[in-house]
Amino acid sequence: MSAEKFSNPVVRWIDHRLPVFSMLDHTANDYPTPKNLNYMWNFGSLAGLSLVIMIVTGIVLAMNYTAHVDHAFESVERIMRDVNHGWLIRYIHMNAASFFFIVVYIHIFRGLYYGSYKAPRELLWILGVVIFLLMMATAFMGYVLPWGQMSFWGATVITNLFSAIPFVGESIVTFLWGGFSVDNPTLNRFFSLHYLMPFLIAGVVVLHIVALHRFGSNNPIGIDAKGPQDTISFHPYYTIKDMFGVAVFLLLLAGAVFFFPNAMGHPDNYIPANPMQTPAHIVPEWYFLPFYAILRAVPDKLGGVLLMFSAILVLFILPWLDRSPIRSARFRPVFRIFFWLLFVDCIALGYLGAKPAEGIYVVLSRVTTAWYFMHFLIILPLLSVFETTKPLPKSISEPVLSARSHNAGVGQMAPAE
Amino acid sequence: MFIRSKLCLVSLVIGMLCAPSQLIAAGGADVNLEKGKWSFAGPFGYFDKAALQRGFQVYREVCAGCHGIDYLAFRNLADLGYNAAEIKAIAAEYEVMDGPDDDGEMFMRPARPADQIPNPYRNDNEARANNNGALPPDLSLIAKARANGPDYLYSLMIGYEDAPETTEVPDGMYYNNAYPGHLIAMPQPIYGDDVEYSDGAPTTTAGIASDVTNFLMWAAEPKMEIRKRIGVAAVFFLSIFVIMSYFAKRRVWADLH
Repeated sequence: MSAEKFSNPVVRWIDHRLPVFSMLDHTANDYPTPKNLNYMWNFGSLAGLSLVIMIVTGIVLAMNYTAHVDHAFESVERIMRDVNHGWLIRYIHMNAASFFFIVVYIHIFRGLYYGSYKAPRELLWILGVVIFLLMMATAFMGYVLPWGQMSFWGATVITNLFSAIPFVGESIVTFLWGGFSVDNPTLNRFFSLHYLMPFLIAGVVVLHIVALHRFGSNNPIGIDAKGPQDTISFHPYYTIKDMFGVAVFLLLLAGAVFFFPNAMGHPDNYIPANPMQTPAHIVPEWYFLPFYAILRAVPDKLGGVLLMFSAILVLFILPWLDRSPIRSARFRPVFRIFFWLLFVDCIALGYLGAKPAEGIYVVLSRVTTAWYFMHFLIILPLLSVFETTKPLPKSISEPVLSARSHNAGVGQMAPAE
Repeated sequence: MFIRSKLCLVSLVIGMLCAPSQLIAAGGADVNLEKGKWSFAGPFGYFDKAALQRGFQVYREVCAGCHGIDYLAFRNLADLGYNAAEIKAIAAEYEVMDGPDDDGEMFMRPARPADQIPNPYRNDNEARANNNGALPPDLSLIAKARANGPDYLYSLMIGYEDAPETTEVPDGMYYNNAYPGHLIAMPQPIYGDDVEYSDGAPTTTAGIASDVTNFLMWAAEPKMEIRKRIGVAAVFFLSIFVIMSYFAKRRVWADLH
């Protein structure tokens, strides 16, 4: 195919030797996409945009940042005060990190609701979980760099988790720190890794997209496209729809950056790190709070650490825990109830992670932690067997047309809106 | 379904935005802060330059006895409305160490606008030795380093009271209504009439506390005015972008329906 597709002779010449234009064409024009994707499908492109924003602002920040315990805090203040528009770059980097997680969490819950992890998209899902893990590591190390009180004590708490590993735990922690406490070597390696890992993420994102393009997007009905009548070309339909999503995203991001730049941070991180003084409450960034709640729900340190990591690892085997052949929650009435229970459970875990580990909060943390694992390990396998599902439509186009003719549930089945 | 997924999105975002405010609330649960009316609050907030100048005067004459403000340089005072000559004159009132000179000696010279505002102490140990073992925190970022910074600082300034009978106040400690735990090592800094303003503004405790709070908020966030100004333009521009891309999307999709 390819070469004849392009009228511009220069494009043709290049494409014959280096088929980049064919690749682009294949990605946007040739790529058939289900016609019924709703706005929940906007968050993949928004996550990609977030990654680009983080890398661009991060590279500029790195030009002005000093990774040394004596200068890190001061260099960040210098960026805020003396570097031209440094305050803007830094506030974008800070807030876009939070927005990145908001977008990715919605993206994950979208996948959970519509069964996007099911065959044949298991590897697509698993690569997504890998991206999520890399994001968490990157964000954690990035938060250490300003070398404020929460940076230092967050790093101390999280790296100390590894000391729970039997026999080799202490040695591993010393290895991570590059010394016998969180200190200059720790800051230096965190900076190095914080700069490296976004590019690893970008690499896995490429694989994620390759895997996506193998079978195309899942869709709100969760049945495969049966032919051209069920699909539309990605461009211009979804490029323009993604652009609208990008506009809304940027508007919200601008609102945070310009008017509430510190709302998602902790005031203690404007106090320089002080190894001699522990803050009253050590809390991680908000996007880690659900996992922090799981960690603290277990009275045993090793148990807490294992459970916290299991909370993410369980997502890797999700495609084999939920064996129901029906993808979309629309046709799984019981699953749908449990999905929303899980959603509430995760929000509750986030709330509890921000509370001190005492009294009723501990009890609630344990209940919500237990529910989280019960959902994946017990409820989903059981539902796969016992749930009575609703009949599936014959094709993507069918319910579109029937919904129109009944003049009801326009929001229910109409393509996108 | 579409409506519901929209709702779920909204609730997710709201839930996540609420989480950090929960954290902040956890910081000082047992104190009630006085809510001040600040000119710098809100999307069109600005700094009241007269208040900033008065607040700087309070800093110099009261706070600077014990507290440094390390991230400020004299040149930054231009934001307060001082011109170059005035800044030069203010800087010249301070001495800073420079050197080494050609003989290898360090020497003292009058400060220049490019210099940082000197700290009252040479190091933390000297600061502690002079303050009963307590370290007076640097004030450059204090308005951002405390939950509800401006309200907290203002409440702290006016929050000195006689301790209730149930509370034992140890030597060298003071009772403050706004301080978490109520026992603070800083003696009451403002009593009213501590300074003499040239513009005739009230020198009540509340007036002085308000002025110095304005100054400290500026010191912590000197780029706030330009940030909000760009922000208004950005939000305006992006709102139009949202509306236009929405209708562009409708137009492109119209041939499918």
